[in-house]
Amino acid sequence: MRLFTHNMLSSNIKGVSNGFPLRIEVEQVLEKQVDFNPDFVKNLFPKLEWKALVDGARTLGYAELPEEADSSMLESEEFLRKVHHALLELHLEEGALTCPETGRKFPVTKGIPNMLLHEDEV
Amino acid sequence: MWYLCVFYHRLLSYRRAEVESLAEMFGVFSSLEWMLPENQHPDSPFHLVNLPSEDIARNIANRSILVKGIYELWGEGSSFEQLEEAIKSYPEDRKLPYLTCETTFKVTVDSFGKAISFQEQNDRIKSLAYIPFKGRVNLKNPDINFWLMETDDYGAPNGLPPVVQKRIFFGRLVGGADRKLLPTYQLKSRRYLGPTAMDAEMAFLMANQALVMPGKLVYDPFVGTGSILVAAAHFGAMTMGADIDIRAVRDGRGPDCNVWSNFKQYGLPLPVALLRADNNLPPWRSGLKEIFDAIICDPPYGVRAGGRKSGGRKLLKGIVGPYTVPDDKRTDHIPSTAPYSLAECVHDLLDLAARMLVMGGRLVYFYPVLSEGDVMETHFPEHPCFKLIASSEQILSSRYSRVLLTMVKTGSYTDKVAEAAKTKHQEFKENYVKWLEHGNLHSSVFGPAHLHLGEETDSKLCKELKPKYRGKYV
Ligand SMILES: C[S@@+](CC[C@H](N)C(=O)[O-])C[C@H]1O[C@@H](n2cnc3c(N)ncnc32)[C@H](O)[C@@H]1O
Repeated sequence: MRLFTHNMLSSNIKGVSNGFPLRIEVEQVLEKQVDFNPDFVKNLFPKLEWKALVDGARTLGYAELPEEADSSMLESEEFLRKVHHALLELHLEEGALTCPETGRKFPVTKGIPNMLLHEDEV
Repeated sequence: MWYLCVFYHRLLSYRRAEVESLAEMFGVFSSLEWMLPENQHPDSPFHLVNLPSEDIARNIANRSILVKGIYELWGEGSSFEQLEEAIKSYPEDRKLPYLTCETTFKVTVDSFGKAISFQEQNDRIKSLAYIPFKGRVNLKNPDINFWLMETDDYGAPNGLPPVVQKRIFFGRLVGGADRKLLPTYQLKSRRYLGPTAMDAEMAFLMANQALVMPGKLVYDPFVGTGSILVAAAHFGAMTMGADIDIRAVRDGRGPDCNVWSNFKQYGLPLPVALLRADNNLPPWRSGLKEIFDAIICDPPYGVRAGGRKSGGRKLLKGIVGPYTVPDDKRTDHIPSTAPYSLAECVHDLLDLAARMLVMGGRLVYFYPVLSEGDVMETHFPEHPCFKLIASSEQILSSRYSRVLLTMVKTGSYTDKVAEAAKTKHQEFKENYVKWLEHGNLHSSVFGPAHLHLGEETDSKLCKELKPKYRGKYV
């Protein structure tokens, strides 16, 4: 699971009002190179929850993203490459995503987050 | 300019829709004008289409799946004499640049509905001597491809669209579909297959309907073995998929036989994300919207493979009260699921698309219909944020058809729309039994019957007019 995905997901358990961002528990992180596409990063940027990305990257061992970011920074290729790396090249291969409100763990195995709810959570 | 657009005799009601989508992809934003050549049935392979430029015509043809060729038409007629006259009166300045001694050329003779012997082909080429070809013939790799095509009254019905009269066309090829894609991507040689994997031709068509281009983000909420996303990735999209079935989306049939390996097999970029999620209760964070450029899918309908959704059947029916999964059992607990009615599945899909597609983004999906004889249901799902722009039918059996629907997002996902969707979701949950058990395909989606008397007689009439020919089978 990439941080791109992490940035989109929340715990949707019945009754949970703020299930985002999910806490990342790391067992195994992989890095895989992906072709750099600056336009993709630029288009995505306004839709990101920046703080969740920064914290997520740090949890996966990458601390190069600035705490604050705004669209003027998209002019810098160096910045775009960092965002690209954080969003697409870091993978949580094994671990879990934890609901910030209930502590319920959504397991991530073989890189696939399992977001299915139990019957008492729907 | 008007071009001759010759289609493969396949998937008849998908053909114009594909060209229209591709025209938009290559920058034509007004709707296309079409005509049929003289005496041609609408299901004939020969159509005329008005396109703004040859470059656009070439781009459309080369990207398409169902266009055999788009041609600059130099002449047509009902006899060879008429053809000659037409070609001779076609403007010189349009012809001469393609007839110079520096260019190599080839003439191909083709026919629809009947075979022409090698001898006849040669005779026909010789009969074109009135065209001042100056270049050399090159059969392997000519600069210019000319085509002489004809269709004739084939007498006894042979399943092909009726031809009233012989028609001959002569034109210069501008471009055509790359059908070599199909054997390359055929399911037979796909590593990871499931019972409902989408065949390659249809998956490419779906990607074309969705205007898939490099850099676009495409989502399939019912990803299964990933065959729709494979087609999207071939056209350069970044892809993302989800499925409720963990075996499909994570395990496959082992480390080299899963959704990922289906992409690796063709050297395609892997999906950006695969996840296990129920499209009835999607796990998106609040505030997230307008992120996908297209959503393409084959939803789980009861007809072939019924869908499931979270929550036990008994729980949803109210037979058992809500219970709690014991803590020590939680990690390995396999959540039970309940059948997912067609109406709810479609509602969830439209809601997902309304929220998650960018403005102008496309939702392309299959919708099942019951067909009784030649009467086809024409009432399709509607949504305030969407406009239906194409519906293409493919008959699967004497009772079921599937229709590929192409919808474009034209309105934004307002709070009001979101609220209405939530209410509806709740309604589905409360009236779960009603939706599921009273509903055959029709009543659950369409409410009261839509057939009016007038329509019925009309379609009966049509039936009598074209007894054997059922074009949508091909
Ligand atoms: C018709 S198949 C699609 C197959 C896919 N196009 C392929 O190429 O393999 C429908 C898929 O939807 C999945 N499905 C059923 N109910 C679902 C739900 N509520 N949410 C997400 N996926 C679901 C099934 O597991 C199945 O893989």
